[in-house]
Amino acid sequence: MTLLSIESFYLVVGIILGVIAVRIALDADHPSRWGSSLFWALFAATFLLGKQVSPLVIGYLLIAMVVLAALQQVKKSRETTASKPERIASAARLGFRIFLPALLIPVVVVLGSLLFRFFQVGNLRLASAADATLVALGTAGLVALAAAMFVTRAPAATAVKEGSRLLQTIGWPLILPQMLAALGGIFAKAGVGEVVAKLVGNALPTQIPFVAVAAYCAGMAIFTIIMGNAFAAFAVITGGIGLPLIVQQHGGNPAIMAALGMLAGYCGTLCTPMAANFNLVPAMLLELNDHHAVIKAQLPFAAIIFFFNLMMMWLLVFRF
Amino acid sequence: MTSLLVMLADVAEPTAGVHPLLKLTGILVVAAGFALRINPLLVVMLAGVVTGLIAGMSFHEVIALFGTYFVENRYMSLAVILTVPVIGLLERYGLQERAEDLVRRRGGATAGRVLLLYQGVREITIALGIPIGGHAGMVRPLVAPMAEGAATAQGELDPKSRAEIRAHAAAAENVGNFFAEDIFIGVGAILLMKGFFDTMGLNVGVWDMALWGFPTALAAFAVGWWRFRALDQRIHRRQQAAATATGGSHDAAQH
Repeated sequence: MTLLSIESFYLVVGIILGVIAVRIALDADHPSRWGSSLFWALFAATFLLGKQVSPLVIGYLLIAMVVLAALQQVKKSRETTASKPERIASAARLGFRIFLPALLIPVVVVLGSLLFRFFQVGNLRLASAADATLVALGTAGLVALAAAMFVTRAPAATAVKEGSRLLQTIGWPLILPQMLAALGGIFAKAGVGEVVAKLVGNALPTQIPFVAVAAYCAGMAIFTIIMGNAFAAFAVITGGIGLPLIVQQHGGNPAIMAALGMLAGYCGTLCTPMAANFNLVPAMLLELNDHHAVIKAQLPFAAIIFFFNLMMMWLLVFRF
Repeated sequence: MTSLLVMLADVAEPTAGVHPLLKLTGILVVAAGFALRINPLLVVMLAGVVTGLIAGMSFHEVIALFGTYFVENRYMSLAVILTVPVIGLLERYGLQERAEDLVRRRGGATAGRVLLLYQGVREITIALGIPIGGHAGMVRPLVAPMAEGAATAQGELDPKSRAEIRAHAAAAENVGNFFAEDIFIGVGAILLMKGFFDTMGLNVGVWDMALWGFPTALAAFAVGWWRFRALDQRIHRRQQAAATATGGSHDAAQH
């Protein structure tokens, strides 16, 4: 038996989201009271009932959430936080202690993901090895929240209010990473990857080793841009282009090909709105007006690193 | 021309009755949707439905797949939703102001140097398998305010520069997170590759794959050095232009 599983943290997340829904429903000053409240309530339901109801029901809840977002019925509240002078005053009062809860998050994540699996009394385990990192992540959030309330002496109501305010600042893009993961799954089921791999492989003179390497790296980057996820691209493009062309046709080293191929995929991740959790959610979180500002800042990185990485693969993959 | 025909003929193997190229319609929907700035959630759902229907699924099958995958991937939202209440609470008590202040009193700090330092720390720690960082946990509460604090220490900061600093802070997090990861064997990417080769019947060990990414990790750092220096120079130019426009003589007297 395991004491802590991811499901227990999904329950906590569901409760947090439910509280946001209730707070919005009670807020007569909210610019889009009922639509926003419903959106957060449905999101809460996917966490609370995700495994209990059929996927079709969840699918219809998603349709409702998408429609609410598309009709601009999901907005953030007009609630304000403390004023700047107030914040500066309490920062001066708390001094370095204000950093401690924030720094506690990575500390607990690292310790938890390394050590949780070893806590075991008889049949009772703290967490399973497979879940360790996610359980550590969830634990870190809750431990840090307790520490933050202790350090600031804030009442629970303030914690709820500030958490609710900041999650509403992100708003509907919060569900985009999960929606894109679902789209990636549907693409994979429909066999989109195989078609792309074949197109790339057939369109280019891959009997030249450099072209084979370039096709593989470009395939990884392009398919990652489409899927928003280099891991999803890896199996398709490595199976469709990398193994037959670089390894079998030209005798390249599969280990080097894979290691550098994944990095080519990450260059794609830097360029795509499909990688919402890396590129779009941070833009909302940092309150940037241009949703694509993060991608724009990353484009020069992606271009140069991609070219360098391609050259490294070409130099190394046939030599070792 | 012939190569194009061969290519299309080859792709067009008879599978499930539809032309395989039609399966790419979903990609077009996504590209067009993002280009036309239609709500991304709507675009994603439409692309999924179109792709599923073309591949021969029923509408209900596609919607059920959305439900299944959405629930399977709930872990993606876990970190943000459980971190944000802590950060929100600490921000109400001046976390960002304190982070800004910490850097402002340090001579020689610039926005670019703060971000390069963060990217470097992120690369080294992830290479050792230590997952610190995150947009909600580190960038918004600490890194971005520190970089903004360093820039404000040198003059007035216009909204455009502020937005650029924030976007580059997110870039430092992503680049630092991605490109040094393959060096260590304990992380997801290497294990995923190992699993792939195992299913393909190829014997490739995890240590065979580690370390080859090292030059690319260094290159990523070098690009960071260049981009963040360019950011500093842009901000500096704007600050000087603003200073000469408003109170140049006053500024000159201070130096």
